[in-house]
Formats: sequence, C-alpha cells, structure tokens
Amino acid sequence: MARTLIHAPKTAARGEVIEIRTLIAHPMETGYRAGPEGRLLPRDILRRFTCRYDGEVVFAADLHPAVAANPYLAFRTVATATGTLTFTWEGDNGFVQTESQAITVT
Amino acid sequence: MVQWPPRPPAVVRQVEDVVAFLRTLRRAAIAMTAHRPDRRTLLRCAALPCLAALPCLARAAPLAAAPKDLQAAVRRFAGGAPVREGKVTIDVAPLVENGNTVPIAVSVESPMTATEHVSAIAVFNEKNPERNVVVFHFTPRSGRAAVATRIRLAASQKLVAIARLSDGSHWSAGVDVVVTLAGCLEGS
Repeated sequence: MARTLIHAPKTAARGEVIEIRTLIAHPMETGYRAGPEGRLLPRDILRRFTCRYDGEVVFAADLHPAVAANPYLAFRTVATATGTLTFTWEGDNGFVQTESQAITVT
Repeated sequence: MVQWPPRPPAVVRQVEDVVAFLRTLRRAAIAMTAHRPDRRTLLRCAALPCLAALPCLARAAPLAAAPKDLQAAVRRFAGGAPVREGKVTIDVAPLVENGNTVPIAVSVESPMTATEHVSAIAVFNEKNPERNVVVFHFTPRSGRAAVATRIRLAASQKLVAIARLSDGSHWSAGVDVVVTLAGCLEGS
C-alpha cells in the first residue's frame, strides 16, 4: 500500500465547485533510467487515476512516464450531494489502490 | 557603417535572438558616437530593446513551429480534426531549476454544462523520450476544466496543451520552458 494524501473539503454547499488535491507515493520509474549496474530499470508507472463521486466518474487522468514521481493532481468537481469520493490509482505490475472520503453537502 | 537604428528581428523565438539583437545595437551605438546623436534617436534606441523583448516574455510558441513528431502526436489526439489556437491556458514557470518535478497547471474557460464542456486536455512535450505527458478527462460534473500537476522535463523545450471540447473542436496553447537541471534520464 502506497501512502496517499487527499485534501478534499469535508463539507460543501450544494452546487459549489470544490478543489481536490491528491498525492500518492510512487517512484514513477520511467523505463529510460539506468540502475546501479548500468542496465535500464524496467518501467513502473501509474497509468490511470480516476475520481468517482458516488460511483460516477467526475475526473480521470492518463499518466505517462513524464509525470513526476509521487504523482500530484489538483482538480475540481461539483458538490452535488452528500456521498463518497473514491480515488483509484492503477499502474504497471498490477498496481491498484483505492481510497475514499466522505463529503457532506448542505 | 552600421545601419541606425538597427531593426529588431521579425520573429523572436529564443532568448538568443534578443541577445543577438542587443549585441548589434551596442555595436551600432559605439559606431554612432562619432556623430553625436539627437535626443529622438537616443529615445528610439532605448525603446527598441524593450519592444524586441516583448514577444520573448509572452513565450507564445505556435504549434506550426513544432517539430514533426510533436505535431504527429497532437494530430493523433485530435483524430485529424483541425486544431485552433486559443482558449487553453498553461501556467508553468519560464525558467525551471529542476526538470524532475515541474509544477504545471492547465485550464480552459468553459461553462461545463452537459451541452458545452471540455471533455479532455492533453499535454505534449518536444524533447522527452515520449511525446505524451498526461491526458486529463472531464465531465460536466468536473465543474471547472482546471488541473494542476507536476511533470518531468528532459531539456529546455516547448510544451503544448490541446483541449477537446464537447462540440468536437480542438484548441491549443504552447509555451517554451528553459530547464537548468534535466529530469527523466539522469539518476535522482
């Protein structure tokens, strides 16, 4: 399990556009870098990030090796109803991690 | 005899262009000291370098000037549809110290309604091993087409962002970034 940091408001007004910031600890090994023995290190990156709001995708990103290590993403969504925000990172070597956070909409 | 006042270059694409122009200007100024200049010439002399530096500060990098493989990557994303310039804003520092982690923000002004929204923004680069950097997907529920992230840059180069709107049109913006320490290839 990689460490994640998620900054999303716990409460919001209905219809408000909220900012969500996410960070995940991941090397994002590009596959173009040589290791200590001079051989290229195999690629190990996150390929896709998805943010769901009560199951519906509200934001997604396709990541390539040019994304810096420990991918940081700041994006927006509309606070529609009280529910759950789910964040999923998928990557090479079968990497999948899901985190969720509740949001109360008034 | 140096022509006075020297003309600034028609297209300023790099810092070197401005530097070269300033050098001509100095050479001309030295040659000029022989016949004392009037006030107007001196003022014009002072204004010209400022004018020449303006397009450089804007750092606008037209897509037409991009290398072939970058253009091909953009065409692939646009699916052959025409890409117009505008609407997209790229926010990145003009001079980057560490290419391993470069903060970048892209945004497109849009009402983000079901009928009129931004469906995707893709970022491309010129000199990394791969042209793709990142692709963001939006829905009307995204609220705003504005994202910030951190990327790697292997060299001083051009960045291009393409936005795909719900009506199928594609818009672009380009920016030049100078990198002091390259990312991607060197060990960190």
